[in-house]
Amino acid sequence: MSLAPPGIEVVDLQRTFKSLRAVDGISFAIEPGEIFGFLGPNGAGKSTTVLMLTTLLPPTGGRATVAGFDVASQGPDVRRHIGAALQEAALDPLLTGREHLRLQASLQGLGKPARDTRSAELLERVGLTEAADRRVGGYSGGMKRRLDLALALVHEPTILFLDEPTTGLDPQSRADLWEEVSRLAREQGVTVFLTTQYLEEADQLADRIAIISKGRIVAEGTPDALKGEIGRPSLEVVPAVAADRDRLAAVLGEFGAPTAGPPGAAAVRLEAGADGLAQVVRRLDAEGIALQTFDLHAPTLDDVYLAKTGERLTEAADDGAPVAGAAG
Amino acid sequence: MIGDLGRRALLRTLRQPANVVPVIFFPMILVAINSAGLDAASELPGFPADSYLDFVIAVPFIQGGLFAMLNAGTDLATDIESGFMRRLALTPVSGTALLLGQVAGVVALSFLAAVAYLVIGFIAGVTVASGPAGVVALVVLAVGIGLMFGSIGAYVGLRSGSPQTVQGFFPLFFVLLFLSSANLPRDLIEQDWFATVAGLNPVSYLIEGLRSLVITGWDPAALWPAVAILVVGTLIGGTLAARAMRTNLVRT
Repeated sequence: MSLAPPGIEVVDLQRTFKSLRAVDGISFAIEPGEIFGFLGPNGAGKSTTVLMLTTLLPPTGGRATVAGFDVASQGPDVRRHIGAALQEAALDPLLTGREHLRLQASLQGLGKPARDTRSAELLERVGLTEAADRRVGGYSGGMKRRLDLALALVHEPTILFLDEPTTGLDPQSRADLWEEVSRLAREQGVTVFLTTQYLEEADQLADRIAIISKGRIVAEGTPDALKGEIGRPSLEVVPAVAADRDRLAAVLGEFGAPTAGPPGAAAVRLEAGADGLAQVVRRLDAEGIALQTFDLHAPTLDDVYLAKTGERLTEAADDGAPVAGAAG
Repeated sequence: MIGDLGRRALLRTLRQPANVVPVIFFPMILVAINSAGLDAASELPGFPADSYLDFVIAVPFIQGGLFAMLNAGTDLATDIESGFMRRLALTPVSGTALLLGQVAGVVALSFLAAVAYLVIGFIAGVTVASGPAGVVALVVLAVGIGLMFGSIGAYVGLRSGSPQTVQGFFPLFFVLLFLSSANLPRDLIEQDWFATVAGLNPVSYLIEGLRSLVITGWDPAALWPAVAILVVGTLIGGTLAARAMRTNLVRT
């Protein structure tokens, strides 16, 4: 029998706002110590799910247990075991980083000496010792996010919820946060539920991913397994002469099903995989179509999203927020 | 826990000079202007004080309470708007403790403001007829006024979740101050409608309770209505604020 604390179990969870089904019967299970990525565009239901799992929003159907406690009927028990950094780093610009941590430690019931020790330890861990006594209003976005993470860890939770923790951060701050989250899971066995609209983040950080679209989970598995389901690479070709695009698309169509590509390009998912490339080149040469670019792409999570929902995650993001491309 | 929340509320206020200066200096500037411009009123037959300054020094205590209302309401509304309330909701702290913490900060500020009013008043020549115990009573009443208005402000802030709405309410309450016996005793107000409104206005009784300690001495007939209004006002404001806090602090 495992001694690890239970993770998260969600069965047919639902949340309706009047006529809108924000979360429409989702189910998944997260093992202790696992980093679980919840990937989807804005408005897909990610934050609503987080609010329900953190007991801040009652579900309207289904059930969920977090750390072995029911989110609807055992809220205080759930909250004792979880830490959360919600979508906006909700900090008081007039307090210093250290004051935030001490207040949070006090509200979590830590004694006075423990508050100071724990605050100093967490400030050190997230690299904010030097800025600890500066007001948070002067912090950069990355510093605020790191403080937010430290606040979520004050009471040493076994489960951590991170709702779009790197949105708006520069690449270095994002990488720093990824490293810290990985370390928490790897070294301390913290279970991490991470929502993101960044493909790269889900791909690199998560052990397993669920893709949510319009309140429903459309795919679930490890990043490699999900990409493996797609299997075949896509070929994106831009003709040197724009007028050749339709002819180009017709030729490429002989080698696979059309797929979405960048503006001006024709794209197909190659039936024969990368092995069919030489044939494609010979056919295009025979047709006398001059090319501007010729790109072969391994399957990405965006391809998975496209295959499962019929649209690209980049297009589904309804606020125009940038969506980083998936690696590999 | 409540102490730490109160400390945060007080720190927030003290770190915003725009919130402190109005509480301390704006009321005293009004006192200076009124006592200079309306000093001749003290010559009116039946005027209850020899000095207009003694008469009007009670007014800043109410203005301080109104600023307490503004601060408490704005801070709670800002916490809701920024998501800080959700952070607090994830801790084991109760809604009542959160509310008491916020109001504790307001009460501390009311205490500091009352001491400042009295010190400035004494320097300007105010004498308190009820003696040192009366000075203590003035500070206690000022804290009560901060508590009452602070709880009303907390209710508006929690109910609206919008700092702008709280700020919109502030002038409405300020009008109550001007439609009271702040500048003249009720029996010397000649305009009938004004005298009627001032007679119905609870703020008149709060001012008269405070004022009695300065110019009359210990006058139960003036003090008890003020105390009763503070108790009832705080109970109503506190109950409404506690309900609004429960609504805001949604968690299973």
